[in-house]
Amino acid sequence: MSGLAIAHSVVEPTPAAKRIAGALVILYALISMVPLAWILMTGFKTPTDSISYPPKVLFEPSLEGYVNLFTTRTRQTAAFIASLPPAEAWYDKLVRSRNMVIAGPSKFVPRYLNSLVIGFGSTFLAVFLGTLAAYGFSRFKVPLKDDLLFFILSTRMMPPIAVAIPIYLMYRELGLTDTKLGMVLLYTAVNVSLAVWLLKGFIDEIPREYEEAAMIDGYTRLQAFRKVVLPQAATGIAATAIFCLIFAWNEYAFALLLTSGDAQTLPPFIPFIIGEGGQDWPAVAAGTTLFLIPILVFTILLRKHLLRGITFGAVRK
Amino acid sequence: MLDSRPIGTLIDRAAAQTPSPIAVRVRGLSDRAIAWAFIAPTIILLLAINLFPLIWTIRLSFSNYRVNRPNVPLKWLGIAHYTDILGDADVWNGMQVTARFVLATITIETLLGFALAYLIDRKFRGHGFWTTVILIPMMLSPAVVGNFWTFLYQPQTGLFNYVVSFFTGIDPSSFQMIGDVSLAPWSIVIVDVWMWTPYVMLICLAGLRSIPKDIYEAAEVDRASPWRQFWSITVPMVLPFVMLAVLFRGIENFKMFDMVNLLTNGGPGSTTELASITLKREAFEKWTTSYSSAFAIILFVTIFGLANIYVKALNRVKQK
Repeated sequence: MSGLAIAHSVVEPTPAAKRIAGALVILYALISMVPLAWILMTGFKTPTDSISYPPKVLFEPSLEGYVNLFTTRTRQTAAFIASLPPAEAWYDKLVRSRNMVIAGPSKFVPRYLNSLVIGFGSTFLAVFLGTLAAYGFSRFKVPLKDDLLFFILSTRMMPPIAVAIPIYLMYRELGLTDTKLGMVLLYTAVNVSLAVWLLKGFIDEIPREYEEAAMIDGYTRLQAFRKVVLPQAATGIAATAIFCLIFAWNEYAFALLLTSGDAQTLPPFIPFIIGEGGQDWPAVAAGTTLFLIPILVFTILLRKHLLRGITFGAVRK
Repeated sequence: MLDSRPIGTLIDRAAAQTPSPIAVRVRGLSDRAIAWAFIAPTIILLLAINLFPLIWTIRLSFSNYRVNRPNVPLKWLGIAHYTDILGDADVWNGMQVTARFVLATITIETLLGFALAYLIDRKFRGHGFWTTVILIPMMLSPAVVGNFWTFLYQPQTGLFNYVVSFFTGIDPSSFQMIGDVSLAPWSIVIVDVWMWTPYVMLICLAGLRSIPKDIYEAAEVDRASPWRQFWSITVPMVLPFVMLAVLFRGIENFKMFDMVNLLTNGGPGSTTELASITLKREAFEKWTTSYSSAFAIILFVTIFGLANIYVKALNRVKQK
């Protein structure tokens, strides 16, 4: 192998080396996808199939998990079910075949909406504040600039449970416990540090000369910011927004400790989807699938900026 | 680097609109005012939601306050909580479990992540696509996905036990990942490695790609062996990136809560009870608010202190 390596430059690996590297990486990728494939598959299994041994790879797909995810059901006697008018919808039939009737919708949809409202609300605020602050830090002489930037970053080093203790007390005083506003404010505060650091990096890359030229030609500083800098930073702002959205969407610790009903998001809700006799795994898997799909889409959209986002802008390509 | 054409047209339009640059000075806000107007809202928000609560936590940590006993008269205890914590067996257990967890995950993730990055950097066909696939787990919610791992780990019927018995022949009902004292710490390490190896990989990959190719060409001319090139060029050049990845993973895993809370909730016994889980028990199950405030401060100072020492070391490596 070393003979081959000398024949070719190290810069361009040999075809054999490429093939071996490719095989190993693909093997890793496939193994790491197994848990996700299992989530997707379990969502379409019946509860019995989901816990059969050996685990079933081939099975008759069923929508029971998804029906259970969206509904609450009560168990009834066969005689009672027979006395009902014939089931109209396919999901009624499915539920009745298990000797149950649908009692009403589950809380999955309201929780999903909470996740969306809190996610988008906090993202909008964090990116709005972050863009302004990042521009301020990027372009002006601010006293104690490095200290302020470090303070903004250091807020990220607190364990969420440690932050949650005083926030819990403060929100109780202010009546913000279990409110969407409270969660939006909290997630904005957490995300704004990421937003400032990332956006400062993006804005630093826009040459100052553009604004200066615009200002010489008669723009005010604010006009130059709005009409010259913002369009140039649009990609960076979009990438930052997606990172903030993903954080808010995935956040669990604060949501668990500070919400219980009205403002509860999906992460503390999904693990507690219970069926008869414990967790209803097909329903949990169905909920997890619907929860993960937006993130999968965003990850693919973001792939060019991932590196920056996960290192607070410390590493750029 | 950037396309300047739209700017040109903008500037032209602006020039047509405002005849004299002097008018701008009069109409516009001063730069100083703008700087403060732009930065102040963020700082105020962080003061209100981060610094103020932190100060409140410090204040509470010197008192006897408990959320569930609001009528007990407030007393100041000085540093009593801090000295108690240093002698609290639960706290020490939490710190040790955390240290072991951080060490194990960082070691495995660094080795595996670097190896993956090195392989991806061989630039085989389709490496871009497979890189994106590998990155997916790290973007997912540790809580929601961690919760699903309890299903994969289920005794007897879980997929994990099946796969292990399929490849090793061990009886699948002879071991439980979450229920067993010696295996439970590994169960959380496995999930963390699955989620976060891609993170280290991505940063290492950036490091590998930052190495100028002509260094290798020069080494070729000097007939340095590939082994020698790897240890004298690749490793030192990637090291600052690896150290950065270790810093971020270290801080994150020191704070780890979500995945472990749902997967093992610290059990069995207290074998996987990380510091954050101990803190949750104290603050939100036993409701020892002031005591847990002191613990929270100790945790923060520990993370902050370790991170600062580490960053100094990192800067020294970078300067070389």
